[in-house]
Amino acid sequence: MARSVTTRRKTLNTLFAWAVGLLIFFPILWTILTSFKTEAQAISDPPVFLFFDWTLENYAAVQERSNYMRFLWNSVIIAGGSTLLGLIIAIPAAWSMAFVPSRHTKDILLWMLSTKMLPAVGVLYPIYLIFIRMGLLDTKTGLVVVLMLINLPIIVWMLYTYFKEIPGEILEAARMDGATLKEEILYVLTPMAIPGIASTLLLNVILAWNEAFWTLNLTAAKAAPLTAFIASYSSPEGLFYAKLSAASTMAIAPILILGWFSQKQLVSGLTFGAVK
Amino acid sequence: MATQQSRSAARIMMAPAVILLLGWMLVPLTMTVWFSFKKYLPLRGGDLGWTGFDNYVRFFTSSAFWPSVQATLVIVGGVLAITIVFGVLLAALLNQPMWGRGIVRILVIAPFFVMPTVSALVWKNMFMDPVNGLFAHLWKLFGAEPVSWLSEASLESIILIVSWQWLPFATLILLTAIQSLDSEQLEAAEMDGAPPLKRFGFITLPHLSRAITVVVLIQTIFLLSIFAEIFVTTQGAFGTKTLTYLIYQRVLESQNVGLGSAGGVYAIILANIVAIFLMRIVGKNLDT
Amino acid sequence: MGRIVLDKISKSFGDVEVIPPLDLAINDGEFTVFVGPSGCGKSTLLRLIAGLEDSSGGHIRIDHEDATHVPPAKRGLAMVFQSYALYPHMSVRKNIAFPLKMAKMDKAEIDRRVEGAASVLNLTDYLDRRPGQLSGGQRQRVAIGRAIVREPSAFLFDEPLSNLDAALRVGMRLEISELHKRLKTTMIYVTHDQVEAMTMADKIVVLQAGVIEQVGSPLELYRAPRNVFVAGFIGSPKMNLLSGPEIADYNAHTIGTRPEHIAISQTEGVWEGTVGVSEHLGSDTFVHVKCAAFPEPLTVRVRGELDLSYGSTVFLTPDPEHLHRFDAQGLRFA
Repeated sequence: MARSVTTRRKTLNTLFAWAVGLLIFFPILWTILTSFKTEAQAISDPPVFLFFDWTLENYAAVQERSNYMRFLWNSVIIAGGSTLLGLIIAIPAAWSMAFVPSRHTKDILLWMLSTKMLPAVGVLYPIYLIFIRMGLLDTKTGLVVVLMLINLPIIVWMLYTYFKEIPGEILEAARMDGATLKEEILYVLTPMAIPGIASTLLLNVILAWNEAFWTLNLTAAKAAPLTAFIASYSSPEGLFYAKLSAASTMAIAPILILGWFSQKQLVSGLTFGAVK
Repeated sequence: MATQQSRSAARIMMAPAVILLLGWMLVPLTMTVWFSFKKYLPLRGGDLGWTGFDNYVRFFTSSAFWPSVQATLVIVGGVLAITIVFGVLLAALLNQPMWGRGIVRILVIAPFFVMPTVSALVWKNMFMDPVNGLFAHLWKLFGAEPVSWLSEASLESIILIVSWQWLPFATLILLTAIQSLDSEQLEAAEMDGAPPLKRFGFITLPHLSRAITVVVLIQTIFLLSIFAEIFVTTQGAFGTKTLTYLIYQRVLESQNVGLGSAGGVYAIILANIVAIFLMRIVGKNLDT
Repeated sequence: MGRIVLDKISKSFGDVEVIPPLDLAINDGEFTVFVGPSGCGKSTLLRLIAGLEDSSGGHIRIDHEDATHVPPAKRGLAMVFQSYALYPHMSVRKNIAFPLKMAKMDKAEIDRRVEGAASVLNLTDYLDRRPGQLSGGQRQRVAIGRAIVREPSAFLFDEPLSNLDAALRVGMRLEISELHKRLKTTMIYVTHDQVEAMTMADKIVVLQAGVIEQVGSPLELYRAPRNVFVAGFIGSPKMNLLSGPEIADYNAHTIGTRPEHIAISQTEGVWEGTVGVSEHLGSDTFVHVKCAAFPEPLTVRVRGELDLSYGSTVFLTPDPEHLHRFDAQGLRFA
C-alpha cells in the first residue's frame, strides 16, 4: 500500500536521485556533447559545457576515416545472428528442462552456466587454430557461432526460468487436444512466453554487441564489428577527443536507443529471472 | 511427472545444446592441455616437442604470476564491493517516491549499454588524462596537482571504470528485489517499533540476500575475464596485468603458446575454484 | 463408444507405489466420480487414463482396444483441467477451435462446431475475448467447450469446480450434470468434495491411498458403506462413528449412525449428554452433543428449528433401522 509522503520529502528524494542519475550518466553525456565540438573546443581549458559552436564535422571525419556503416552492419549481423541461433537451440532445451525435469536437470543447468566461467583466454589459441583450419578467421559466420556458444548458457538459463512460470497443465491440455510436440512448442509455449523470449533476445543482443574479447581477437578487416572499430581509436595517432567522441557515440547509439526503448523487458531480463 | 514418450523427446531436444556446449568446452580445453605440455613457438620453429611440466613450472615461478593473480582478485573484489554497496544504496534511493523515476532509471541503466572498449577509451582520455582530462581540470580548479590516473593509481582507475559499467546491473537487480518486498512486513516492523534504519537492516537487507547472490555470481563470471578495459587503457602496465591479460600476452604477444596454455590451465583452475564455490551458493538458493 | 476398463493398472513414482494394481470398469455413458481425500491417487488415476502419465503395470482398454501405450491425443478423450488450462494468448474462439485445428479439420466444419458449442454454453457473446477477460465461470465453460467440440468418447474432469466460489460451484455442477444428460457421453470426474460426488455421479469410486474402497451408486454408498472409511467420507454432516465399552450391547467393534438417524429428547433416551454448539441453518439444526460414554461429540441433525441452551442435558437414541455395525477390521456387517 502506497502511503502519502510529504511533498518536501518527495522533492528532496527527487533532487538527490536526479543528481545521482546525472552523475552516473555524465560520462555518456559528456561524450555526446564533445562529439559536436571542434577539436580545439574539445580540449579547451576550462572545458566548455554547452556553449560552443555545434558542428557535425567529426561525424563526417569518422565515417571518412573508417567505414562506419560496414562495422555497424557486422555488429548487427553478429549480435542478431548469434542471438537468434542461440534461441533456436535453447528453446527446445529449455522446454525439456522446465517441463520434463529429471534428477539431472539442475546439474545440467549449473554445468552449462559453469562453461561461462571457462576463461576465454585459456582457449584462445585452440579456437584460433580451429578457425584457421576451418577458414572461419575474420568471418561473420565464425563470430556468430562463437558468440552463440558463449551466450547459450545464459539464453537457456533465462528461458528456463521464464518457461517454469508457465503452468504445465496448459501444455498438457495442448497434448490432449492432439497437438504434436512441435505444434505444442510453436502454437502454445512460444506465444505464451513471448515477453520472456523478448527479454532474453534483448539482453543477449546487448551482450553480443558489447562482447570485446573474441570480436577483437578473431577479426581483422572484413568481419570486424563496432568493438574493433572503436579499439582502433586507442592508438595515440588517432587521439582526437572530438573524433573519438563521435566514433564512440556512433558505436553505442544503436544499442543505447534499443535499450532505452525496451527498458521494461530488459529489467526483467537483466535479473536472469532469478529475482522476482 | 511425465510419460516415457515426453522424456525421450526431452532428451532429444536437449541434445543440441548439451552437445554443442560439451564440444565448446572439451575440444579447446583438450588442445590447451595438449599444448601446455609442449614447447610450442609458432613464429620460432613451431612444435619443438614435449617438455613435461616445464611450462607449468615456468609460468608459476615467473615474477609476473602472483602479481597477476593478485591484480585479478583485487579488481574482481573491488568491483563487487563497490557495485553491491552502491547498488543497494541506489536501489533504496530509486525505490523512494519521486518525480521522474522512469527517467532517472534510464540515466542509471545507460552505462550498461556502453561497450567496454568505448567506456575504457572515454574514461582514459576524456576523464583520466593528466593534461586534458576533466579530472585534471577539476583538480586544477582546486589548486591541486593533476594526477596521472592510469599510471599512478592504475588499479583504482580500472576498478572505477569497471564499476561504472556494472553498477547499473547491480542496481537494477537489487531494485527489482526491493520492489518485491512485501510492504506489510515493513509495516509490521514499524508497528513493532523498529526505526527506519533498523527496518532496512533487519528486513530489507536479508530480503536482498538472494539478489546479492545473483549479482555476485553473474558479475564474477564476467569480471574474471575482463579484457577490453585493460587492452585499451594500460595494456597491462602499472600493475594492472590480470591473469587473463598475462596469458593473452604470452600467447599473442610473445607467441609462446606452450607457456600461455599452461597459464590458461591455471586460469581455468582458478575459475573452477571460484565456480565451485559460487555454484554451491546458487544451487542452494535455487532450491528455495 | 466410451467404455473404459482398467486391468491391474498400477503406478509408482520411483520406489513409491502410488497406486497398487487396481481393476475398474467404467461403462459407456456412465458419469463416474473418483472421490477421496487429497493425495489418494484419484488425479493420478485420471492422468493414467488420459495418457499424461505412463502406467507402471497393467492395461487400459478404451472401447475394447488396448490404449496402454497410445499417446494422449490418440485416445479420443477430452480433459477439463483444474486450472482450466486455457491458452491465454488465444481468443475464446481459437481456444475452442484448437483441438479441431490440430485434427486438421476443415475451416467450415470448425466454425460450425465452435458456434454450436458456444451457443450450448452461452459463450456466443464472448467468442472474441481472451480468457483473461472472462470470469471464473466463463473460463470454466470455455474449457468445457474445448472438450465437447472434439466429440470425444469420454470426458475427463480434474477437480474442475475447485477454483470457483461456492455459489458458482452449485450452478456449474448443475450445468455439467445437464450436459451429461444431453450428451450421454462417458464422464469421469475427480473431486475431493463428496457433495459433488453424491449429486452428480451415476457411480462413485471412493479411493484412499491408491486403493478403491468401494464402488457404487451414491445411494448404495450412503445406505451401505462397505467400511468405516467410506462411512465417514460419504454423507454430510459426517456419520457418527462410535466405539468403546458403551456399545458392547451392539455386538460390534464400531457402530455408525448418521446425524439424521438420531432422535434427540430432553427427557429420555439411550445416551445421556450435554448440548454443545448448535448450528442453525433454518431448514435444519445441527446439534453437537457431548456424551460421557464417547470421547468424540456426536452430531445430531434435526429438521427445522430447535432451541436448546448450551450445556443443558439431553438424551439421544439411534434409529436401529439405520445403524451400521463394523468389525475390528473396519468392515461393515449387516
